[in-house]
Amino acid sequence: MAIRCAVVGSGNIGSDLIAKIRRSESLDAALLVGIDPDSDGLARAKRAGIATTSDGVDALLAQVDDLGIDLVFEATSASTHAANAPRYREAGLTALDLTPAAVGPYVVPSVNLDAIRTEPNLNLVTCGGQATVPIVAAISRVATVDYAEIVSTLASRAAGPGTRANIDEFTETTSDALVRVGGAGRGKAIIVLNPAKPPIIMRNTVFAAVPAGVDADAIREAIHTMVDTVQGYVPGYELVSDPLIEPGLGPDGSTKVSVFLRVTGAGDYLPAYAGNLDIITAAAVATAERLAPSITPRTALVRR
Amino acid sequence: MTSASPTPDLESASEREPAPGFDSPVVGGADTPPLAGRRISVCDTTLRDGSHSVAHRFTTSDVERISHGLDTAGVEVIEVTHGDGLGGSSFTYGFALHSDLDLITVARRQIHNAKLAALLLPGIGTITDLRHGVDAGIDVVRIATHCTEADIAIQHLGEAKRLGLETVGFLMMSHMLSPEDLGLQASIMADAGADTVYVVDSAGAMLPHQVVARVDAVSRAVGDGVRVGMHAHNNLGIGVANALAAAEAGAQILDGSCRGLGAGAGNAATEVLSAALDRAGAATGISTLELLDLAENTVAAIGAGKLPVLDRGSVLLGYAGVYSSFLLHTRRAAERYHVSEAEVLLELGRRRVVGGQEDMIIDVALDLAR
Repeated sequence: MAIRCAVVGSGNIGSDLIAKIRRSESLDAALLVGIDPDSDGLARAKRAGIATTSDGVDALLAQVDDLGIDLVFEATSASTHAANAPRYREAGLTALDLTPAAVGPYVVPSVNLDAIRTEPNLNLVTCGGQATVPIVAAISRVATVDYAEIVSTLASRAAGPGTRANIDEFTETTSDALVRVGGAGRGKAIIVLNPAKPPIIMRNTVFAAVPAGVDADAIREAIHTMVDTVQGYVPGYELVSDPLIEPGLGPDGSTKVSVFLRVTGAGDYLPAYAGNLDIITAAAVATAERLAPSITPRTALVRR
Repeated sequence: MTSASPTPDLESASEREPAPGFDSPVVGGADTPPLAGRRISVCDTTLRDGSHSVAHRFTTSDVERISHGLDTAGVEVIEVTHGDGLGGSSFTYGFALHSDLDLITVARRQIHNAKLAALLLPGIGTITDLRHGVDAGIDVVRIATHCTEADIAIQHLGEAKRLGLETVGFLMMSHMLSPEDLGLQASIMADAGADTVYVVDSAGAMLPHQVVARVDAVSRAVGDGVRVGMHAHNNLGIGVANALAAAEAGAQILDGSCRGLGAGAGNAATEVLSAALDRAGAATGISTLELLDLAENTVAAIGAGKLPVLDRGSVLLGYAGVYSSFLLHTRRAAERYHVSEAEVLLELGRRRVVGGQEDMIIDVALDLAR
């Protein structure tokens, strides 16, 4: 039996989530929640026969039982999720948070899903985090990463108002996840928006400082293996070139590892350049699918 | 610069009272100076943009001597930060010898009259960095975004006002946007609380008429309560000329750096700008002779071997419209991966990379090396 999902936020991320949930065999799109009755996202969902509301989270919470909702995807903003999280918990909803609010522990499906799957609120870090934390985690498996730094470059058109209003939260949450999930000693994240036309495909660069004398082949192998794993749920995730491993170029004589990544989107809501949408929505859906078997559907409990 | 057409109601140059700090003997031409009666503020960014020239290796003693000299000479605003702003120290932009906060703290002790500024690029630095900057004594923060992305500065400008700072919105790579669209972006920053909005020629790609059109459009868009500034680079050899053109078009604050120390071919040299502003009749509050001494005796020595020059790479930045601080990173990458510096710069221009995308330099170099 599929678990029933609500998506809160009818912008770029929410609309992309709806498209992916509709394709999933273990998830049903039960409700899309917005605040603007004229939003493109709500109109599309309506046309696809999905229940919608423009009355925000209050409307969702009033219908949890009626619609039999089990799980909520948060695609609003960090401050909105901080306010909503306790209400979801009270309503017994599992929450997957795609804002950088970081209320619950971070989940990066290719790295730590098995360790934290029983938590009621999981945070998807950021799009940049989903693209880069796996690489840092892969390097950490074979070497000590003293410092990891990432640069995510998005097409301006792929960065909606929520992303734009949360630039600081993006860099801080991503940096933190490089340490907590990636295993780096210290982390730094940089985000750049590029307005070029036609829009550029999402790019991510990972730099890591590892001790001199590391096994370069082991690092390369770990990175390639991880890229394969991420491709399992984000098909457009790829290395642009072979990782560079350069002795002496890091701080204090350490070795610098440079990894250049490109994320081409599946084109579900925005076109293929918006790999930033895909990588976080695909990670969220992959997480929900893995959680599904352990969630008892409300529809099986509630007599309507 | 050609002088503006004489305006009958202004006093002639010979009758004019010397402006405050106007202590250079102006000789020659009796034509009316174009900036007569205008107060023009100067922001010196030797210790921020100039940080690019020295690969972010300023020592505390460098900062002490330069900030002391600038303050004594009467410069209104002194900017001290990593070249890429608060939090810029990184693999991507170059690790700094000293933290921003250490350098700001050192400068604070030397500065008694000027305002101390820091740069912040949303996406690189954060409001947490800004708060630390305030604790270390900054008076002004300049929030820089690519010229089309002003809305990512709203958070930071608002918080800066709440922290009691003077605020500047800094529209980088302004050559990439039409004057009208630049005006729209400027009004986003003004609405978010910017006291001043800058036209920033990060690539040193603009010609004087383009500067004039943009300063004019931004001035109209932000209205009377907001100052307009200009940050020039010298990649086409017209840094000072562009700054003067901006002033004539209504800009009230101009950036410079001593000996032009800064990314690419550097900035408009502050001491040259000060001399030119004197000749143009503007009141700057700066002692040009003291500034010339500082540039000659202190900054030239600190920057020895690293002073910006109008070489092939620098000119190509302006020619291809590439962010000036890409130059030294490109030079290193070209050498390391055995590719042509010129080809890398031209390809970066074709890809329309923007400030902050220094990681793409290695990417382009590796592509060309294949």
